[in-house]
Amino acid sequence: MAESGKKVALKGSSAVERSGRIDNPGFEPAHQRVHDVNPDKAASAERGISLLFLLSGLLSVTAFVLYFLFPIVPGDLWTVRISTLLVGVAIAASLLTLGVGVVHWAKTLMHGHELVEERHETRGDEPTRARAVEIFQEANAESGWTRRRLLRNSLITALVAFPVPAIALFRDLAPAADPVEALKHTIWRAGTRLARDPSGTPIKASEITIGSAVHVIPENLDTYEETFLNEKAKAAVLLMRLDPADLNISEERKDWSYDGIVAYSKICTHVGCPVALYEQQTHHLLCPCHQSQFDVSNECAVIFGPAARPLPQLPISVDAEGYLVAQSDFLEPVGPSFWERNQ
Amino acid sequence: MATYPRRGRRHPLAAIALLLIGLFASGGAYALFTGTATAADTVPPAAQVENGKALFAANCASCHGLSAEGTAAGPSLVGVGALAVEFQVGTGRMPMAGSGPQAEKKPVQFAQDEIDAMAAWVATLAPGPGLPDNRFLSGGNESNGAELFRVNCAMCHNVAGAGGALTEGKFAPNLHDIDPVHIYAAMVTGPQNMPVFSDMNITPEEKRDIIAYLKWMDENGSVGGLDLGALGPVSEGLFVWIFALGGLVAITIWLTAKSN
Repeated sequence: MAESGKKVALKGSSAVERSGRIDNPGFEPAHQRVHDVNPDKAASAERGISLLFLLSGLLSVTAFVLYFLFPIVPGDLWTVRISTLLVGVAIAASLLTLGVGVVHWAKTLMHGHELVEERHETRGDEPTRARAVEIFQEANAESGWTRRRLLRNSLITALVAFPVPAIALFRDLAPAADPVEALKHTIWRAGTRLARDPSGTPIKASEITIGSAVHVIPENLDTYEETFLNEKAKAAVLLMRLDPADLNISEERKDWSYDGIVAYSKICTHVGCPVALYEQQTHHLLCPCHQSQFDVSNECAVIFGPAARPLPQLPISVDAEGYLVAQSDFLEPVGPSFWERNQ
Repeated sequence: MATYPRRGRRHPLAAIALLLIGLFASGGAYALFTGTATAADTVPPAAQVENGKALFAANCASCHGLSAEGTAAGPSLVGVGALAVEFQVGTGRMPMAGSGPQAEKKPVQFAQDEIDAMAAWVATLAPGPGLPDNRFLSGGNESNGAELFRVNCAMCHNVAGAGGALTEGKFAPNLHDIDPVHIYAAMVTGPQNMPVFSDMNITPEEKRDIIAYLKWMDENGSVGGLDLGALGPVSEGLFVWIFALGGLVAITIWLTAKSN
């Protein structure tokens, strides 16, 4: 059979199992559009399409006019909104009617003959393949690529050497200072006063009532002009005051808080979002990004969500004038994990 | 065979029409957001303390105790001050309709003079925050208020004041069209799970700025156009998925469909 003969011939190049396939049903009968057989319909479609084009032109002119009818007044955001809205909608509608008209034209009135292009095999025919080999051999003979080995090898050496400067240049994209050290430390030091974000005023312990949550930055943060945001992103702290009876403090941290006032890093240990949704009755801290929950009464232990570690606690005390101060930097790196965190 | 064979069941422009109808319907659906506002501008007469005590005994004592000392069902109100009463009763949160994750805002159950009477009585129990001076409720610097709002409030209440979810069914309510005295009271008293932002932490002037920012948002709306509730990626993403992608799919189907 011719059919099975074809199957054998294709076996080498086709991964598709062809046995049991459905025979090609051939093509659908040629499709007669209503516009092909009824001149009235064709004329009406033509009118409709030209109407769309005219409408598109009208909308473009409208957009032009609207731009001047609704000018943008400097300093008045509402005029920006109205201007961009009206001009944008008019231009969009103009483009849409234009596009709809063109497609409608092609679908209804342009010649409707159907044609089929058969797929051919990926492999080229023998003369083409032979000619390709011939071209390579000619090029080799004319250039002397295999004959002049000194020339060829020195060219390869030059090409291999070319990207070497890029190694030095791309190396400079890495931070100049050791990034591991930068990740492990913040600007909190012994005696740094806790200050309000964003005013930078220092905080007295007596000002914090039970149930309060205060967003805290180091008092000297504004001395870091160039790296202000980098330092703030690591040093941000949430200060809360609980009834001391609600706090379960471990032996090693019993000096880290002051009369129920505790300070924890605001940077989530999952991927570094600011954790600041504090519920003062349940003492739970919620991270808004991935719903990690920390229990402030139990040293910010993770009670729900993807965070792997408790929030680091900032050891605090009170100085001679009654202001809250840090006892030291955080005793572990703040924020999410990184490769060298435990080294 | 008919002269005009109708092979498609829909008009070719039906997809476009459907898309436009959907867009207009969604625009209309977001138009309605209602809020209630109460007017609180009266001075509590000291003579009403007795009246307040009687009202408290009749309406609040079953949970808070006859002397407001607290029971298993409700906390002690000694020292919460007149401002806490104004907030809790003046927004309809108290008396609670039933126990749940948190007391929700509902129609106010008392007349303003009754609220003032109860507030006056509760204020006699122990010192606590009273009603703020009127000069801290209006005026103010919107841009400073916006910065304070972003630092202290936006993590729960959303940067546009649209509110947001907390844990286990609790939520931070939206802050649209709230009476300034209730905004002030919420910061000072820290109702329910909201932390306290006392006058020593955020000064009365700064509270006035925050109120000015919230009022500015009430009056000016979103300059970026339809804000879809200002809820962020959920409502915006849903809108794009349904209407933008739906429109693209509809246009693609129309492009590839054979003409009648």
